[in-house]
Amino acid sequence: MASLKQLSAEKDLFASGHRACAGCAASIILRQVALVAGKNTVFVGATGCMEVVSTIFPYTSWKVPFLHNAFENSAATGSGIEATYRSLKKRGKITKKINVISFGGDGGTYDIGFQSLSGAMERRHDMLYLCYNNEAYMNTGIQRSSATPFGAHTTTSPAGTVIPGKQQFPKDLTEAIAAHDIPYVAQAAPHNWADFTKKVEKALTIEGPAFINILSPCPLGWVYPPHLSIKISKLAAETCFWPIYEVENGIHKINFKPKEKKPLLEWIKSQGRFRHLLSEKNKHIVEEAQKEVNRKWDRLLKMAEAKI
Amino acid sequence: MKELVISGNEAIAYGAIRAGCCFFAGYPITPSSEVAEVISLELPKIGGRFIQMEDEIASLAAVIGASLTGEKSMTATSGPGFSLMQEHIGFAIMGEVPCVIVNVQRGGPSTGLPTHASQGDVMQARWGTHGDHEIIAISPSSVQECYTFIIDAFNLSEEFRTPVIFLTDEVIAHLREKLVIPEDNSINVINRLKSNVPPEEYKPFDTSYGKIPPLADFGSGYRFHITGLTHDETGFPTDDSKKTELLLNRLRDKIIDNRDRIVKTDSFMLEDAEIAIIAYGSVARSAKEAILIARDKGIKLGLLRLITIWPFADKEIADMAKNVKAIVLAEMNLGQLKSTVEAAVKGTCDVFTVGRADGEIVTPSNILNKLKEVGIVH
Repeated sequence: MASLKQLSAEKDLFASGHRACAGCAASIILRQVALVAGKNTVFVGATGCMEVVSTIFPYTSWKVPFLHNAFENSAATGSGIEATYRSLKKRGKITKKINVISFGGDGGTYDIGFQSLSGAMERRHDMLYLCYNNEAYMNTGIQRSSATPFGAHTTTSPAGTVIPGKQQFPKDLTEAIAAHDIPYVAQAAPHNWADFTKKVEKALTIEGPAFINILSPCPLGWVYPPHLSIKISKLAAETCFWPIYEVENGIHKINFKPKEKKPLLEWIKSQGRFRHLLSEKNKHIVEEAQKEVNRKWDRLLKMAEAKI
Repeated sequence: MKELVISGNEAIAYGAIRAGCCFFAGYPITPSSEVAEVISLELPKIGGRFIQMEDEIASLAAVIGASLTGEKSMTATSGPGFSLMQEHIGFAIMGEVPCVIVNVQRGGPSTGLPTHASQGDVMQARWGTHGDHEIIAISPSSVQECYTFIIDAFNLSEEFRTPVIFLTDEVIAHLREKLVIPEDNSINVINRLKSNVPPEEYKPFDTSYGKIPPLADFGSGYRFHITGLTHDETGFPTDDSKKTELLLNRLRDKIIDNRDRIVKTDSFMLEDAEIAIIAYGSVARSAKEAILIARDKGIKLGLLRLITIWPFADKEIADMAKNVKAIVLAEMNLGQLKSTVEAAVKGTCDVFTVGRADGEIVTPSNILNKLKEVGIVH
């Protein structure tokens, strides 16, 4: 695996000058993925923040081929590209390995793109699907998604006198994709670049489909000062709100175990979208959220321990 | 009487509720999201339900489910979402499910121009879903009309048991101007015809009442089979060619036979006009300005504004064509309605188009320059 020093010597394939908000983690994520993947890569991006900010006329951040299709089908479009490369290889028209990386935000992955992602994984295309999960539809004005955490304020799960933010727990997409029994599934977070780039490298090396779900802190939607993105990412792992783990050939492995699990309240306190949860009357929501984090973390620990 | 200064999208949300809309399912998309935002705040106040779905396919599916359960229902979207809804528009036509689909048009094809205006979905509204069918599409030109015409859209949908497309555009959607909320007694609200026969006698597509069968709500004790397959009066699938013909003809005729009641147009300085502009939506506003400028110069220009886009105002256009030298069709697309207008005009006068698909509105000077360019004024 390449060291940070080696990576920093590489030429960026996701160029600066894009229009992402200050502190946007997703742009850091894409830059790292492009660095690891190298120039023999095609990217397919769903409609979303990263498509919008990286391709504003007449500029592009992409120094590799980039295909933006509609919202729901970056995995399906990637399937076609991968299948064609395979066919071209079979006929001896190309010889080199070309990485196919489809990506989308949580909207384009958890919700509208779920069907095409599931199809691509089940057909076992040799590709990586990357979800940069900023936990709501940030591009259209911070509407809730099925990745939005319990209790979070969004414009369509507004915290007020009627409801205290989102009423449902998020969909566990990582486990849902792992249930497709594909060779490699992982969860990552941008503060831990070494872990993340290693996972991208692994995903691109293995034969068959791979899926990485990376948490992508969003200053605008999560409501915190832009310089805190990486700290907040770290807090997500330390509170076990966002476990850093991988599922390789069906075996769960935890990549980061905090020595002492921080209380979820620290994570909640760090962001304005949870502000309303700090009041006395919403204490039970925090407790419920903590209980759910504990349940999921314990489950993960057990699976890792049992090597399943 | 209440007066507000609000946007077209907000007016649609308030108008829908006034029409009796109790259910909204949708998916955020620019430039329609404000409809969802406002209605998500307003519906719970009247015990209604707002659901944000996982995509536009699911959105219209939920609307169909809600409508069949007895609630007036709608969704709102823009081009890319409208494309995804085509399958269920066909289902709602076939299953005769009342519902309203707001399409705030933006530039296309595909993701196109998310924040810019267009009228590029006019033909998609007509023929976007497969198979022979009629459709009703209405286009507002002001915030006031967003409010009043969305009520008309619900009324037509309920009366004719058919999906109605509210075909607005980004300019009207985000335009802020005065809305006068009409007095209650000046608003006519139509509700679907409900079945009054005992459940054992009920046939969901019984045509003995006329071309529009009464509807029983799901869960109200009536056995009700509904499908997108060709069916007979019982609702059960059939591929019998006679029954298929009966169904397809009835679905067409229930709209076409009532065409004169459905089709609405408006005119401006048309009485003595020598040249007529045909326009709709936001472009009709530019047309009015062009007419005022032309009239100052002694050019007798007038406007026929299409309020109902589908069914098409062919009779009204044919009547007008007899009295003018030329027609200029102005729309924010590359002339989608030209052949339809020409078919109505039948060669009585020349038809020119002035169209833009660059995300900008057709301006009064675009229209006036076109008149000069084609040599009908100097």
